[in-house]
Amino acid sequence: MIREPLIFEISDKGKRAFAFPKLDVPAKYDVLGGLPVREDIPDFPQVSEVEVVRHFTRLSQANYCVDIGFYPLGSCTMKYNPKVNEKAASLAGFVSSHPLAPPDLVQGNLEVLKRIADYLCEIAGMDAFTLQPSAGAQGELTGMMLIRACLEERGDARKIVLIPDSAHGTNPSSAHLCGYRVQEVKSNQAGTVDLEDLARNMTDDVAALMLTNPNTLGVFEWDIKIIAEIVHAKGGFLYMDGANMNALTGICRPGDAGVDVIHINLHKTFSTPHGGGGPGAGPVGVKKALEPYLPIPMIEKRGEQYALNFDRPRTIGRVRSFYGNFLVAVRALAYMLTLGPEGIKEIAEIAVLNSNYIRKSLEKDYHLKYDSPTLHECVFSDKIQKENGISNIDIAKRLIDYGVHPPTMSFPLIVHGALMIEPTETESKRDLDIFIDAMKKIAQEAKENPEILKSAPHQSYVRRLDETAAARNPVLKWEREKKS
Amino acid sequence: MSYISLSDQDKKEMLDRIGVSSPEELFCCIPEDIRLKKGLNLPAAMPEPELLRHFEALASKNIYPKYLSFLGAGSYVHFIPTVVDYLSSRGEFVTPYTPYQPEVSQGTLQVVFEYQTLICQLTGMDIANASLYDGASASAEAVLMAHRLNGKAKVLAARTLHPQYRETIGTYTKNLAVTVEEVGFGGNGEINLQELAKRLDKDVSAVILQSPNFLGIIEDLKKIGELAHNHQALFIVAVAEAASLGILEAPGKLGADIVCGEAQSFGLAPSFGGPYLGFMGCMKDFLRQLPGRIAGQTKDVDGNRGFVLTLSTREQHIRREKATSNICTNQALCALRATIFLETLGLLGLKEMALQNIQKANYAADRLARVKGIKRKFAGKFFNEFVLEFPKDLQKVNDDLKQKGVVGGLALGRFYPELKNCGLFCVTEVHQKEEIDRLASLVEEALR
Amino acid sequence: MYPQDFYYTKDHEWVQVKGDQALVGITEFAQKQLGDVVYIELPAVGTQLDVHQTIGSIESVKAVSEVFSPISGEVVDVNSELNNSPELVNQDPHGKGWILRLKVKNKADVNSLMKATEYEKFLEGLEH
Repeated sequence: MIREPLIFEISDKGKRAFAFPKLDVPAKYDVLGGLPVREDIPDFPQVSEVEVVRHFTRLSQANYCVDIGFYPLGSCTMKYNPKVNEKAASLAGFVSSHPLAPPDLVQGNLEVLKRIADYLCEIAGMDAFTLQPSAGAQGELTGMMLIRACLEERGDARKIVLIPDSAHGTNPSSAHLCGYRVQEVKSNQAGTVDLEDLARNMTDDVAALMLTNPNTLGVFEWDIKIIAEIVHAKGGFLYMDGANMNALTGICRPGDAGVDVIHINLHKTFSTPHGGGGPGAGPVGVKKALEPYLPIPMIEKRGEQYALNFDRPRTIGRVRSFYGNFLVAVRALAYMLTLGPEGIKEIAEIAVLNSNYIRKSLEKDYHLKYDSPTLHECVFSDKIQKENGISNIDIAKRLIDYGVHPPTMSFPLIVHGALMIEPTETESKRDLDIFIDAMKKIAQEAKENPEILKSAPHQSYVRRLDETAAARNPVLKWEREKKS
Repeated sequence: MSYISLSDQDKKEMLDRIGVSSPEELFCCIPEDIRLKKGLNLPAAMPEPELLRHFEALASKNIYPKYLSFLGAGSYVHFIPTVVDYLSSRGEFVTPYTPYQPEVSQGTLQVVFEYQTLICQLTGMDIANASLYDGASASAEAVLMAHRLNGKAKVLAARTLHPQYRETIGTYTKNLAVTVEEVGFGGNGEINLQELAKRLDKDVSAVILQSPNFLGIIEDLKKIGELAHNHQALFIVAVAEAASLGILEAPGKLGADIVCGEAQSFGLAPSFGGPYLGFMGCMKDFLRQLPGRIAGQTKDVDGNRGFVLTLSTREQHIRREKATSNICTNQALCALRATIFLETLGLLGLKEMALQNIQKANYAADRLARVKGIKRKFAGKFFNEFVLEFPKDLQKVNDDLKQKGVVGGLALGRFYPELKNCGLFCVTEVHQKEEIDRLASLVEEALR
Repeated sequence: MYPQDFYYTKDHEWVQVKGDQALVGITEFAQKQLGDVVYIELPAVGTQLDVHQTIGSIESVKAVSEVFSPISGEVVDVNSELNNSPELVNQDPHGKGWILRLKVKNKADVNSLMKATEYEKFLEGLEH
């Protein structure tokens, strides 16, 4: 296998990969006079086009990806990324639109944004959506700001946000970024929100409860209506983290269950690709009470025309430039139209089927902390394997040798040594069985040959990497070695 | 059409193993009264040929691509080498997850490492992160970072910082203990140095400005940096037009402590505003307060070089409410495009692109300033954008131009009431001489 | 394994009083929980600390933990070796991995802390 160097290591003077047309205007002498012109960009790459193409093609082959195989990553919803969505998003009419173009020249774009917002309202049971937030975390922050703006306008500024102990890390950090103090609500034996603890913590100084439903254990918060009542009774808002929406599409709408504001991850539920870490999109949906505060501009339909409305005096303002990750929205719209209402319902049905199939198949091999029914994901732990000194990290790294990406491990914090598995609805039975088989073999290896797990992975582009050294002595960019 | 991969037989076997007769039974834990009783009210499923026709029709409702346009203002049109689309559309780049399992993500991680290096080279910073959402949110993150670093509560922001960046900073700081005050611009389009000097006091956490600024003018970063540092304030430089870094001195060499901004010019089409590419870098003492993901170099058990996400304890998934930021998903694929773009253009290409921008923009500015009634509003030096003042309402001129297939400069009145009748024009290497000449003659006609 | 002359907190810090000064660090249990330490945030000399006030934090690759002062006092010295060799906390948490030295404000503070046997019992109770 060719180990591909850094581009700086193959760069050399005089190589070019792109040519510009000759300057066709008369060159102004001394056009740079008085400007702080840089002498050079030391060590900036100079390579040929062939070198660029080989460089990135080789690097791409060092990546695992959905197009290669299964990612059982809980709460990430690594479903198949349809290629027709890529085609739709590459149309020149979309791609070459300037965001400040006069609205009458970009009616297609405005229609995309309005329609996807309307469809999200229908799917989530909400009254209005904004597509501006660029990711789930930014959606959470936006949601918190909407709540805060509404409460402040009512003269009822509150200081606390409640978050279950099973929540994703973005929840407390988003609440904190909005100036709120975070208080934890405990989960009960079933893995759901402890209603007594919630009631105890729910005071009139609490602005909101941030709830993930189904939660990070894959368990549906079946008391959600009671939860909503407890929160509303004291004048607070129910925020839903929609990261796990894949279990609910067409089955249950958060808006019908008392949720006031929700964010959806288009790069999860709506199949837009993860791209190795973005771009995603985190549209936020609200009920009428919070609608006036949505970021500007809102996209509206007036007769047959679409328009941008900036005249919204109670808006929280902007959370980023322009309108959000527009091309991501195009992909998600294409997905919704490809599936139609039956297909959208089938997402949840099969996601839940696939997950329960895995759960049933592995429940004797791995410890399941909670035996509540789970929907689209389930969380095992390394408890059984720990008896042989094996931790979830070792299991994860060994899975790589079996050709599968490891499951989520960093959370939820309430399960020590967690292995959070979410297959999504697009996996075939064959791929599920390969995964199940690998997990069973690994459970066996944990008993008979733990060393092979501890030293895994063995067959990857690189083997286990020293993350301690990386953090102790950070080397965060390439630099030319200084000759002594 | 759905993307399910189960046959009828598969479903049967799986349901059998679980011990239920239909997927319906698996939803028993959801209370009846919140179950949807009818189907979603959405358009019927469209098979691929129909879907593509539908989207082609949608896309062609945008007639903007048919127009010759001179819009900039935070979104720039540059030539994008074919290899950028070609390479960045590989499934191995588009469909992987965030590289939390580095052994199977070396492609993504090495690209991020190269991207970080390039940003540092261009900005003169010691360290850069793996990307943020866009220039506006990057500026907001930079302001919050400064506040975390020195605990001071006041930020002075240039009025010539992109209006949307200022709005975003306002939204982010509204609920926190940071206040942002504006410093105006002078007759030459640069930040008003006297006003800045007067407003700098011991309570100022940072000064943030944009260069080239929203009005197109290149600021004297060295002088401003010195002023800021004399008052123990951090100096944040925001760059909205990253292409300018191909020729202008690195802000890091001119005193910047943090450089942030928008790298959309590096390989991303205007895309109606997104996805874009926020970037951020800082000097090494500030490393622990830098938000966002960072890739670092290390070795594996066999001694081979590899890359990992590192210093994760700054981030939300570990530090939770005490994190440097809440950012999780960022803009990795856009950073890949930028990396391919920069490595393809290379040193010579980047320089040439920047030079052509300056030459063509200067040609356009001179040509248009010769039109009767129009004058350059600001005398300062610019990169590829400049402001022209018109003798009458710019809107009427623009309407006229639009009728003739041209989108003129951005009318500034709605952002800067003091600049009504002014338009911001952007000219890049993509504009041909004939097109610039055409703009000039049409403007001439419109003013007659 | 746990030095008899140390006092211990429920948050796994230890304090060793010597005259009117005291050394503070984290316990063997704590370093094991954290994993490889990569960075320690140390307070400035002269800082006044109350009982259970945050001293700083310790970061490993995958976790970060706040360190609380077991007793009240004034910081007179910090272990600057830890800047270059954070691994000392893992290798010798009760010795070379000490974190700071305090001038003791109130000798009676140690009375509410655990002694070695008590702490060891406390650890047994934590095992799940």
